[in-house]
Amino acid sequence: MARKFTPKVLTANDLLEGDVIYMTADGQWVRDHASAELIEDETIADMRMLTAQGQQDHIVGPYLADAKAGPNGPEPTHFREEFRTRGPSNYYHGKQADTSKESANV
Amino acid sequence: MYKYSDFDEAFVRERCAQFRGQVERRIDGSLTEEEFRPLRLMNGLYLQLHAYMLRIAVPYGTLRSDQMRQFAHIADTWDKGYGHFTTRQNIQFNWPKLKDVPDILDALADVQMHAIQTSGNTIRNTTVDHFAGAAADEIADPRPTAELIRQWSTDHPEFQFLPRKFKIAVGAAKHDRAVLRAHDVAVELVEEDGQPGYRIFVGGGLGRTPMIGQVVRDFLPKADLLPYLEAIVSTYNLLGRRDNKYKARIKITVFENGLDTFRDLAEAEFARIRDGFSGVDQDVLADLERQFALPAFKNADPSALSAAVAVDPTLAAWVARNTNPHKVETHASVTISLKEHGKTPGDASSEQMRVMADLADAYGYGELRVSHEQNIIMPHVAKADLPAVFTALAKVGLATANAGLTSDIIACPGMDYCALATARSIPVAEKIALRVQELGLEQEIGLMKIKISGCINACGHHHVGHIGILGLDRAGVENYQITLGGDGTENAAIGQRTGPGFAYDEVVPAVERLLKTYLEKRETAEETFLDAYRRLGADPFKEALYGDAKKNAA
Ligand code: HEM
Ligand code: SF4
Repeated sequence: MARKFTPKVLTANDLLEGDVIYMTADGQWVRDHASAELIEDETIADMRMLTAQGQQDHIVGPYLADAKAGPNGPEPTHFREEFRTRGPSNYYHGKQADTSKESANV
Repeated sequence: MYKYSDFDEAFVRERCAQFRGQVERRIDGSLTEEEFRPLRLMNGLYLQLHAYMLRIAVPYGTLRSDQMRQFAHIADTWDKGYGHFTTRQNIQFNWPKLKDVPDILDALADVQMHAIQTSGNTIRNTTVDHFAGAAADEIADPRPTAELIRQWSTDHPEFQFLPRKFKIAVGAAKHDRAVLRAHDVAVELVEEDGQPGYRIFVGGGLGRTPMIGQVVRDFLPKADLLPYLEAIVSTYNLLGRRDNKYKARIKITVFENGLDTFRDLAEAEFARIRDGFSGVDQDVLADLERQFALPAFKNADPSALSAAVAVDPTLAAWVARNTNPHKVETHASVTISLKEHGKTPGDASSEQMRVMADLADAYGYGELRVSHEQNIIMPHVAKADLPAVFTALAKVGLATANAGLTSDIIACPGMDYCALATARSIPVAEKIALRVQELGLEQEIGLMKIKISGCINACGHHHVGHIGILGLDRAGVENYQITLGGDGTENAAIGQRTGPGFAYDEVVPAVERLLKTYLEKRETAEETFLDAYRRLGADPFKEALYGDAKKNAA
């Protein structure tokens, strides 16, 4: 039996900034995990991954990361992905310091 | 002080221009990431968790004041106002934007610096004792040798694609401050019957299979260094495994083939190629030795220091902890601690960098060093000037009197930055330092080396920490393994695992139990933690770590 597919978000780093980005349901790259598409079907996941691989002129290192549904959108399930939504813990740098969620589209 | 030759300048400028073109082509889409990645790594540019990271070589950790000032400028102009000094005696910037990196590299070249060969399967930045050229106990300055090795290895056509990365360290004192025995190859300056030469170690390394380097040649005449090193690297290049990246380091080559076999092959190769070295390298070395000549030390009466120390206990504590004996009686080497309690080990703000640069100009003959323990060194300071240096450092949070104490922790970037990490290390270091400060036990504990890595790669040297901490991912939770008894000096030893790991919130209390157990069990205040561990064995410390859990389980 195939391993059960667990929900995922598609994530990568932005080519110019290096910042963590996520793919939305309409194929946009955004900086906010909660705005990402929660992919619950393996076939769709594979398709999204293929799309991303074709976009490597402005993104780097796309991969599927485990996530779960939350009240405001997908939430990470592993601590590494949680850190990626925030930034480092020793300084208030990275996403946690980003005041402009609205201007987050890349 | 030593400056790059003209050839180097042209070489570095050309590489900068090349990389500028490569970045442009990556941004306009004509280079794929697959094509670009090796190119950026060759130029020290990594992609980490939240951003790019630029790693800049500081050859043998020696920095001029203007170079430190340029780091401050880079930090302010293209980064977030600080830099991170590492165990490889390098500096890393954690937030550069891709398009700015060529400008940063140009700014570095303006002060004869670069980021070449800080990655890849090449011979990396050669490290040395951070008190090189200054320490009272060294037999000669190891930096001319390190520079000779750098010139020989930089862009060496045969050694651009080794089985794996290759790290060389050079020391010159009986007391090993350069972790020689944890390097692929290490070179120790020695004398035999009054003749200068080298003791050569091979096969040390940390990472997932830690090993202590062994002596492959007890005495190598000075003139034979480069042919001998070339023979070692060639032997490794032939014999080293390329089928498995985890078995590719020279430590595995030496281990699998045996030291004797490796030595025989290397010696045979050495005999074959030795005559091909015309001795030009010895002329170069002699020239380097002249260029590394010490500054003309001023003749300042050190009695002013005794007077100041007598009336100022904080100054006295700092002088006692953070200075090291100098060759010249009137001088000392200063350790500027980048380990203020609760701060990130190894980080310096641009303001702090400028203060250090200014102090180097005013009191330190323009020289600074990066230590592998992630501190900055002023190698030459007149004792009479120590009070002024201390006062200026204290104003910007740089006068913590903790060199060699519990809070002088090495920590790799861990999961706060590093894409390979399995757990965080920086916050663990911050919390241990704060706790030991709160307990007020640091001076009493004395010499203590805590070293923390955020994954098995061991960039934080945890294997050679008196207390080593390794952060792992256990079923989706951060978990920290503790090792005891590691030692990075001439008595090198790999720390032994104590048992099951500890959750993130349990690490600091666990370390506290170890420290208190040591204080209870030591025979005298002179017996260090490491000495006590060696005398008592692991049991009392395991008891301190797991005693309660064991009882509960029973
Ligand atoms: C993006 C950041 C980094 C990456 C990707 C990285 C990668 C690695 C890897 C893969 C190894 C294991 C090599 C092996 O065993 O074959 C290693 C070892 C090591 N790295 Fe790093 N590292 C990073 C940052 C650092 C930093 C910040 C330091 C200094 C604080 C450092 C110093 C070292 C040292 C001392 C070792 C162990 C010595 C040895 O090579 O045997 N690295 N690193
Ligand atoms: S030890 Fe691991 S986590 Fe730490 S810097 Fe090295 S690769 Fe990254």
